[in-house]
Amino acid sequence: MIFTIAARELRSLFLSPLAWAILAVTQCILAFQFLSHIEYFMELQPQLAALEGAPGIADLIIAPLFADAATVLLLITPLITMRVLSEERRSRTLSLLFSAPVSMTEIVIGKYLGVLGFFVVLLAMLALMPLSLLAGSTLDLGKLAACMLGLLLIMTAFSAMGVYLSSLTQQPTVAAVTTYGLVLMLLILRRGSGLSGDESGVLGYLSIIEHYEPLLKGLVNSTDIAYYLLIAVLFLVFTVRQLDRMRLQN
Amino acid sequence: MPNTPLVQVTNLYRYYSQACAVRDVSFELARGDVLGFLGPNGAGKTSTMQMITGNLAPSAGAIRILGVDLLDEPRRAKLDIGYLPEQPPVYRELTVDEYLAYCARLNRIERRLQPAAIATAKERCGLGDVGRRLIGNLSKGYQQRVGIAQAIIHTPAVVILDEPTVGLDPLQIREIRNLICELGRDHGIILSTHILPEVQATCNRVQIIHRGRLVFSDHTADLEQRTRAHALLARFLATPDASALQQLPGVQRVDMLDDQRVRLFFAGQDPSEALIERSVSAGWRLVELGSERSTLEQIFIDLTTGDATPHDTEAAA
Repeated sequence: MIFTIAARELRSLFLSPLAWAILAVTQCILAFQFLSHIEYFMELQPQLAALEGAPGIADLIIAPLFADAATVLLLITPLITMRVLSEERRSRTLSLLFSAPVSMTEIVIGKYLGVLGFFVVLLAMLALMPLSLLAGSTLDLGKLAACMLGLLLIMTAFSAMGVYLSSLTQQPTVAAVTTYGLVLMLLILRRGSGLSGDESGVLGYLSIIEHYEPLLKGLVNSTDIAYYLLIAVLFLVFTVRQLDRMRLQN
Repeated sequence: MPNTPLVQVTNLYRYYSQACAVRDVSFELARGDVLGFLGPNGAGKTSTMQMITGNLAPSAGAIRILGVDLLDEPRRAKLDIGYLPEQPPVYRELTVDEYLAYCARLNRIERRLQPAAIATAKERCGLGDVGRRLIGNLSKGYQQRVGIAQAIIHTPAVVILDEPTVGLDPLQIREIRNLICELGRDHGIILSTHILPEVQATCNRVQIIHRGRLVFSDHTADLEQRTRAHALLARFLATPDASALQQLPGVQRVDMLDDQRVRLFFAGQDPSEALIERSVSAGWRLVELGSERSTLEQIFIDLTTGDATPHDTEAAA
């Protein structure tokens, strides 16, 4: 049942030009970044060859590329998630799901997986770029996998936040703006880290980037993974509760 | 469980903050019933229907679908409900076939039975030749039919239709009414409407809800009894005296409306036949004769205007 809802969500996404446009633009921007990272690597290569234990392709091309991708994700996630529930509320199609024999949890997880499906497509297309380097070079596939895992985890967290904020309003644009705000906040939290009043460094700990960087270096910590999954679960639980509340208040 | 009512609603209440939209509503729906739900705007019809279909949580009271409590076991109870809200819940970007396939899966129809279920629903709602068209490009009438097809695709025991004929042309209204009558044979149906003749044409039971309360509940067959003719309206070219008319058997009172038209109130025996005979023999030149019934409309207006006050619109929120 979850997958039925997810498949419909993904299908509807791709029936609108928005998803295609986002995929195309993202691919263009990241391809440009990818080329510039390669260019930079080529320039440095003579010096690197002399160094013992010099950083390789994974550190100088893949990691920066995935760091860029996280920023681009900040821009596109709200556009993809904004309509997930707000549009259904506005066009009153939600009652189809409410009167069908499915639970709120199934509805929310279905919708969420549909959105995530889109980002998995995006991730796969992004991964093609570093993989193309295999044609002329060797690649640290472990590090690439860690980068992909990191980006996937960011996607799970961002999408969950977007889905929740989309359930709060009937206006997709409002959902988009609030999602921008929340996601951006989590990205810049680190700047507040270490300021007076934050000696414990909790702001830095809450920051999304703080948990992304180890993964870009190829370090897979369970604490970082747990951080993203906790955010995702938290916001999905909020969404289920919000849908229940909608039934109460209508 | 042959005697389990399809729907059993007991002491249902619904508040929107302070305003009470539904107040102590109880009723049952038996197999084969087509229940017409009448009421002015904001009377609580839609709220009641939303609660029966699980779209709205009741403030108090119980709802059982085939004996299964909707609040305790929503997933089991909802298997037997089909719901068409006021606005058909259709995805405009899908084709009719895609949409109905989605609904079939959503309602847990077995995979191998799905194509047959879709075909049956399409055929019943007259959607045979629009299967491959986008719902967004269909006319309002066809979208409404898609909405009905969605509600009956899993052959639920209870079909709940909220104003199914709104916005349709007369031909489509007739088709939908026929469809409702046909569905009524093997489903239980609740439909809400403002259109009173629609109830008399399609329903075997009527309930009137006003300011959140059920104020009237009856079988339409019994209604016929209650609305029996009690007056005749006649037009003569040579109008006789009131006293002459008074002498006809059964006539209690005579109202002279103008110099041609006369209203005769009667009790017991219908004086039409005697009136016609006398008209011929006495040369009254009767040219029009009709019986006046107290219609459902009359009952509706009596029940819903008597104590209406401006603040009752609050319940509409």
